[in-house]
Amino acid sequence: MTVPTVYIPTLLQAVTGGKSAIEVAGATVRQVIDNLEQLYPGIRERLMDQGKLRPNISVAVDGEVTPMGLLEAVGPQSEVHFVAAIKGG
Amino acid sequence: MHNKVRVQTTINGEPQEFLCEPRQSLLECLRDILGLTGTKEGCNDGNCGACTVLMDDRVVTSCLVLGVEAEGCQITTIEGIARGSDLHPLQRAFLENAALQCGVCTPGFIVTAKALLDREPNPSEEQIRLWLANNLCRCTGYDKIIRAVEQAAQEARA
Amino acid sequence: MKTQEYTVIGTRPIRHDGADKVTGRALYGADFQMAGLLHGFILRSPHAHARIRRIDTSKAAAFPGVKAVVTADDFPQVPERLVDLGEGDTPLSYARGNVLAQGKVLYRGHAVAAIAATSVHVAEEAAGLIEVDYEVLPCALTAPDAMREGAPILHEDLKTKEFGEQTSRVSNVAEHFRHVMGDIEAGFAEADITVEREFNTATVHQGYIEPHNATALWNNDGRILVWCSTQGAFVVRDVTACILDVPVSRVKVTPMEIGGGFGGKIPVYLEPVAALLSKKTGKPVRIVMSRKDVFEATGPTPGSNIKVKIGARKDGRITAAQAYLAYEAGAYPGAMVASGAMCVFAAYDIANVVIDGFDVVVNKPSTAAYRAPGATNAAFATETVVDEIAEKLGMDPLDFRLKNAAKEGTRRADGPKYRRIGCVEVIEAMKKHPHYTAPLGGPNRGRGVAVGFWFNVGLPSSCTISVSADGTVNLVEGSTDIGGTRTSIAMQAAEVLGIPAESVRPTVVDTDSVGFTAVTGGSRTTFATGWAAYEAAQDIVRQMKERAAKLWETDAASVTMERGVFRAADKSMTFQELAAKLDQTGGPVVGRGAVNPRGVGGSFSGNIADVEVDPDTGKVTILRFTAVQDAGKAIHPSYVEGQMQGGSAQGIGWALNEEYWMNGSGTMMNSSLLDYRMPTALDLPMIDTVIVEVPNPGHPFGARGVGEANIIPPPAAIANAIYHAAGVRMDRLPMNPPAIMEAIWKQRD
Repeated sequence: MTVPTVYIPTLLQAVTGGKSAIEVAGATVRQVIDNLEQLYPGIRERLMDQGKLRPNISVAVDGEVTPMGLLEAVGPQSEVHFVAAIKGG
Repeated sequence: MHNKVRVQTTINGEPQEFLCEPRQSLLECLRDILGLTGTKEGCNDGNCGACTVLMDDRVVTSCLVLGVEAEGCQITTIEGIARGSDLHPLQRAFLENAALQCGVCTPGFIVTAKALLDREPNPSEEQIRLWLANNLCRCTGYDKIIRAVEQAAQEARA
Repeated sequence: MKTQEYTVIGTRPIRHDGADKVTGRALYGADFQMAGLLHGFILRSPHAHARIRRIDTSKAAAFPGVKAVVTADDFPQVPERLVDLGEGDTPLSYARGNVLAQGKVLYRGHAVAAIAATSVHVAEEAAGLIEVDYEVLPCALTAPDAMREGAPILHEDLKTKEFGEQTSRVSNVAEHFRHVMGDIEAGFAEADITVEREFNTATVHQGYIEPHNATALWNNDGRILVWCSTQGAFVVRDVTACILDVPVSRVKVTPMEIGGGFGGKIPVYLEPVAALLSKKTGKPVRIVMSRKDVFEATGPTPGSNIKVKIGARKDGRITAAQAYLAYEAGAYPGAMVASGAMCVFAAYDIANVVIDGFDVVVNKPSTAAYRAPGATNAAFATETVVDEIAEKLGMDPLDFRLKNAAKEGTRRADGPKYRRIGCVEVIEAMKKHPHYTAPLGGPNRGRGVAVGFWFNVGLPSSCTISVSADGTVNLVEGSTDIGGTRTSIAMQAAEVLGIPAESVRPTVVDTDSVGFTAVTGGSRTTFATGWAAYEAAQDIVRQMKERAAKLWETDAASVTMERGVFRAADKSMTFQELAAKLDQTGGPVVGRGAVNPRGVGGSFSGNIADVEVDPDTGKVTILRFTAVQDAGKAIHPSYVEGQMQGGSAQGIGWALNEEYWMNGSGTMMNSSLLDYRMPTALDLPMIDTVIVEVPNPGHPFGARGVGEANIIPPPAAIANAIYHAAGVRMDRLPMNPPAIMEAIWKQRD
């Protein structure tokens, strides 16, 4: 059974002992982060604040930035990335 | 309270009279006293052309002309370009060629281009660019503006 | 992918606001009139860095004709929180501090006080009577200066965020982040050739022709009404409400027509000040910036210090790439260096990458977004290094790029893999274009190429459409129209409804009259607001199928609609015919759409530039310029071409002449349109455009945002052309005549 892969931004790899890609179960981004926290305590706090994604962080599932953030569905073969939230001019 | 001066002038073919302070530019008089807001302010020092009007058939940046200087003159602004409820060929050409994006520089360009075509009915691209060099556009890169002026010139010659 | 045949999409209707715009009837913010209007003037700091010891406004307040004077002390003291400035979240104290300085001024031009009077001349005279006691402090004006040990500190509470962690180190570096992919050392070890260069780019301004303006009325019912020039009426509403500590529902923002923005009219400068002055006077107050204020006190784009190192094998394959990007944020943190980092190597498939980004505060106006913010600086560096490597390997520069081009599935340095993109298609279109092989036709001439990428954004938009009895529709949306988008949005609704574009009447409305809509920026408007219009039109089709079903006494499921004709069994009716019967089948039909779309497609762009360099003066003439861009699907090709030409012109100005020329004490010496030299009609040739269409699978019509990517390649394309014309590799922007002559002379020695 495959599980989604979460890519850890370089900035946060200190929390995951240098690992840059981690397979973590979860049907939504929130569940994936919660499960990631079980493996690497402290990582959730770096990504979330007061139940929401930290400002200026977006989540991309399968290469697409999703406006649903934590609520976005994640499939068994999905890639989850945390990227800078950019808007443009 | 600064003493105001009475100015009698003709704007877009109609006699107009207004009171202004000597320090007020023609641009300010047109916009804030006469309500002719089609002429725009982009820089207030003659470098962008958004305030271009015709003054006795001279092309002027109205921000560098004092309101009192309009006394006895014939002023043409963008509001006087259309032919009744029909657009002037230049105005139509600008729309057909998508020669505007934000549109704020457009009145200045149309007034200047009209003055060009009144003098030179068959201008080359170089001449058009030279004539329009004091009208800044930040949106279009000028390409479609030049084509619009060429089209209007062609139509007028036909 | 099947090519769709559309009726309206891809045609070139006249824009709906056309007559108003060419007759001067369209109302921009400074045209706004209201009974009792007062005029505001803002007093600004003459110093780049100073503590405000005391402000005495008493003489100004007593000046005849002056009705109110305000300073930052008149703002309510609101606890710190984050506000969405439309381009990212910012601390409220920064947003508010930039509107009226509190305690310290951080750049020359920083607003210190504001006056409302019976005329702007009276207000300006009175401003001269405001006494401000400054304690002048030393200033830091570039990223390297501000990063040095012992540099003057702008914010005593700003501690560097290093690799995602808040340190306790007080400095001017707000953030240092890093992206790592693969093994950079192994990558460089594998390279047969490595080129490393350092670049510096000067601060440049978006240069919109219409200065910022705002009118505010603090009405007798407590509502704050605002009319202004903005790229985002909802941003103005939310930020103004936040600063004034009122619920957002108390603020209503009506966006006037806007004379250019390019990102610079996303931040909020004047509205809260005008509102305060209106509260104190009980009258509407209008504030219009002077051109000097626009230069000195709005949001130019960061100047930058960039190092790029790229290694490649002799077969042309890039093995490693490293970038160091230190961007000047201006007075407050938030330089668009994160997007620069996302774009710096975005056109290439590289396995081993390290990118370091620094967000550095300096004593210059607080930077704002400028059309693909951060990417042009980065592309200037990358695309000239790539050109150098291609030349050293004896490879054609476009072939080199094709060999390394990013494709669907390529992984970017910040993590995600690309979905369907048009990088290869853009480069191939450049190769095929007759410009690429045309003779240069003279000495001192050269040709250069460059490519760029911008990812574009989605973000929320809302739209309602109501059907008129004559078969036309009214479309209401909230995206201020800077470049013809009310028409490209209307066209998408028209396509769904099967009616001509002229039968849709689009209006841009205020924040009370439409659902939340994000800024006009980020290349999102035709994409996202167009999608909201698409959804609203689909909603209308659904409802009208039900009406047809009622008329034909059948069920709605058996009614089809194609190209504006409703059919069931042997019956048919056009949209116009059915619209005439809405009254008898149940009443008005109103459709709604609200989106926050995924499926955003990025856009690649490329330039071929021919230049002639005068070897005696260093003047560069652009002989020929071709812009290529992937639009996914060009909804209105004339306006897509317009975006490409406009971005090219701005990029050319950025390349050759534009810069903030600062003296040692942080004063911009060229704050006028004479000396801040933007391209005129005489400076540019016709700009050829090629629209490539690699459909975006995410959008109903395959559209990709096109507004921004076109400003990215021009400086690099021109730099490469200058090299091939004059033999000098330029490492700074702008590449003005003195800079080119210095490079030529240095090379001769």
